[in-house]
Amino acid sequence: MNKTRIEILGPGCANCKTLCERAESAARDLGLDYEIEKIADMDVILGYRVMSTPALVVNGRVKVSGRVPSVAQLKEMLS
Amino acid sequence: MSDLAASAVIPKPRAARLARLLPFALLAWIVAYSLLGRISAWLSRDLLHLSPATHLGSAVAFFIYEAPKVLLLLTLVVFGVGIVRSFFTPERTRAILAGKKESVGNILAAALGIVTPFCSCSAVPLFIGFLTAGIPLGVTFSFLISAPMVNEVALALLFGLFGWKVAALYLGTGLVVAIIAGWTIGRLHLERHVEPWVYKLVPGESDTVEERLTWEDRLRHGLDAVRDIVGKVWPYVLVGIAVGAGIHGWVPENFMASIMGKSVWWSVPLAVVIGVPMYSNAAGIIPVVHALLEKGAALGTVLAFMMAVIALSLPETIILRKVLKPTLIAVFLGVVTVGIIVVGYLFNWLI
Repeated sequence: MNKTRIEILGPGCANCKTLCERAESAARDLGLDYEIEKIADMDVILGYRVMSTPALVVNGRVKVSGRVPSVAQLKEMLS
Repeated sequence: MSDLAASAVIPKPRAARLARLLPFALLAWIVAYSLLGRISAWLSRDLLHLSPATHLGSAVAFFIYEAPKVLLLLTLVVFGVGIVRSFFTPERTRAILAGKKESVGNILAAALGIVTPFCSCSAVPLFIGFLTAGIPLGVTFSFLISAPMVNEVALALLFGLFGWKVAALYLGTGLVVAIIAGWTIGRLHLERHVEPWVYKLVPGESDTVEERLTWEDRLRHGLDAVRDIVGKVWPYVLVGIAVGAGIHGWVPENFMASIMGKSVWWSVPLAVVIGVPMYSNAAGIIPVVHALLEKGAALGTVLAFMMAVIALSLPETIILRKVLKPTLIAVFLGVVTVGIIVVGYLFNWLI
């Protein structure tokens, strides 16, 4: 199985950190082989055409932006 | 296979139960709210034997009554706004604003600033997203000014501590400042003071999937908002009300009149100048401001101070420096500051 690539887009405020923690625990619960990266670089964020942070990108696709879903919702997005 | 497994785990029945629980939760809220006065009076007078005539007694009675009242109101308002916000996304707001004329755009932008979910850290991507979609600079600013200034926490606290009239005044004047400040920035034609790389970006639709929400989802949004926002601000509310209670109990009547009273003409600009660099959330500042007002400070001065603290924050300004040249930052701060000072004088003169 391929590695799941999780990216958290956002300048690093409290919301971004929460999203990162939740995404990580969701991925662990699912037993995924994953790598996670926080991205604060505005060029990359704009490259995904995201207008509100925090945003979650899974394998290059924007799954959610502008809010912090619950771990249960994140599990759906990651699987 | 994995899709099937995922859909099987979605706790639909649990979500549906939320809608059924709602009437009971609302009823419990109403009962709690209506009994507050009696319970708090009983607590401070009969249980703690504190006379309302003493400094300590009046401070404690104030705290015991105001703290649960404000927290209850905050929970209800944040829940309601959370549901309303589930109907809006920055993408949808951008679609509404794109192609609108400037004056109409300013009004719409200021109004949408209240209901669009928006974290001030994402001011830069939002700014760029608006501009590249062809939304005028001034209209974008109306949104960016109104979004932090008119927020549900401020409104709930104002409603709880000052009553609906002051809350409505704040909402109205906040919108007017956002509309006029944004319109002014538009009239000044400052587009060349936006960092040039912004306009070189190719506009484009985001590929974010629009989520379809059921009513249960929206209720959950409301609950999430309560957990996130009330969970975060309640300590500030308590500390703010405690400080307010202290002022209420010990500071003599009319103490503030000589510093923040109506007759002191320089109090409005001074309050704004002190307020602009202060970075506090509405939850901490409003209870203190309430106590000041009670001790003779003038409403306009207090309103101006509050707006300055809440609307303009240093972190957001620093974030915006990435896309705005210093001249435009200065104009933005200047126009909003002047707007708030005018509001302060207006209310001191009117009321």
